[in-house]
Amino acid sequence: MNNYLKDYLLYLADTSLILSQRNSEWCGHGPILEQDIAITNISLDLLGQSRNFYQYAATLIGDNATEDTLAYLRTEREFKNCLIAEQPKGDWAQTILRQFFLSAYQYLVYEKLQAYNNEQLAAIAAKALKEVTYHLRWSSEWVIRLGDGTEESRQRMLQATNELWRYTGEFFITVDYEKEMNIDVADLKIEWMKTVRAIFEEATLPIPDNTFMQTGGKKGIHTENLGFILAEMQYLQRTFPGANW
Amino acid sequence: MSFKQQKYFYGDIPEDNTGENMSSPKTETKNEWPLWEVFVRSKQGLDHKHVGSLHAADAAMAMENARDVYTRRQEGVSIWVVESKHIHASNPEEAESFYEPAADKIYRHPGFYQLPDEVNHM
Repeated sequence: MNNYLKDYLLYLADTSLILSQRNSEWCGHGPILEQDIAITNISLDLLGQSRNFYQYAATLIGDNATEDTLAYLRTEREFKNCLIAEQPKGDWAQTILRQFFLSAYQYLVYEKLQAYNNEQLAAIAAKALKEVTYHLRWSSEWVIRLGDGTEESRQRMLQATNELWRYTGEFFITVDYEKEMNIDVADLKIEWMKTVRAIFEEATLPIPDNTFMQTGGKKGIHTENLGFILAEMQYLQRTFPGANW
Repeated sequence: MSFKQQKYFYGDIPEDNTGENMSSPKTETKNEWPLWEVFVRSKQGLDHKHVGSLHAADAAMAMENARDVYTRRQEGVSIWVVESKHIHASNPEEAESFYEPAADKIYRHPGFYQLPDEVNHM
C-alpha cells in the first residue's frame, strides 16, 4: 500500500511542481502587471501543493529523502507528472488553456481526495482545493474572454486548443498506483467534460473531435520538454549538491 | 452669487480648469484598460479602506486582480472595486475655501466635556 501511495503522492506533486515551474516563466513577463502577479500567485500555490505532497512522500520513503531530494534529484523517468504540465508555456492563450484544463481536473481529483480514507492526504487535498477553485475560476474567465474576444484572441485560443487537447486524455486513464488505491479517474471524465463544455460554449469555442491522445506521463514516459525543464530546475542542486540560501 | 459646478475625475483635474475634457478622462487612453480603485476590509466589523488602484477590462477582472494584487498576504476579507472615473475629487485649488475655515473652530471638537471616570476608551 505504502509503495502505491508513495507513487501516487509523487504523481500529484510532480504535476503541480512542473506546472508551477512552467507558469513561473511568466514572472516579470506577464502581459500586464496585474496578470503577471496573478500567474505567479498561481505558480506559488502550485509549488506549495507540491511541497505538501513531497513532504508526505518523503516520510514514507525514508532513507534521508526530503522534499528537496524528491524535486531536485530524480530523473526524467522518475517524474510522473501529466504531460500537459510540461508543455511549453506558449503564448498567454496556451498558458491560460493549460491552466484551465488542469485546474478543472485537479478540482475533481482533490474534491474526491478530501474524503479519502487517509487523513493526511485528505487534509492536503482539502487545503489545495480552495486554491484550485480560484485557479479554475480565474482561468475559466480568461478562456471566455479570449475565446469570445477579438479575432486574434480567438485564433490564439483555437491554436492553443489544437495544441493541448491531445494531452487531456491521460487524465482519465487509471494507472496501476491509482488502481491499487481504489481511485478510478475514468469516472471523472463526465464531470470534466461538463465543465469544459460549459466554458467553451460561453467562449464560443468548438470542442475538438476525438483525436489521438498522448499518454505516458503518469507512468514516467515524457515528451522531450521535461528534460529541458529538469535541466534548468535541477541545475543548481546537481552542480552544487546541498547548496543552501 | 452662483457657484459653477464642475466634474473632475480622480487624478484628472484639467489644467485649463474648464472641465471641458470630462468626456475623455486620462484614465481611459486607447488600448489601455480602465483604472479601478480598490477598497479592502481587513476584518469583519471594520470599514473598507482604500488600498490602491489597478487596471482591468471589467468588474470581474478588477475583482480578481484586486484579490491577487492586494490580498495575497491576508490583508482582507472583503473587496470593493469602483472604476476610478466614478470618483469625484475635490479641487486642490479650492482647498483654501474648503478646509481652512475649519481650522480655528476648535469648539467643534468634543473636547470640552468632563468625562466620568467610568467611561473608558474615549
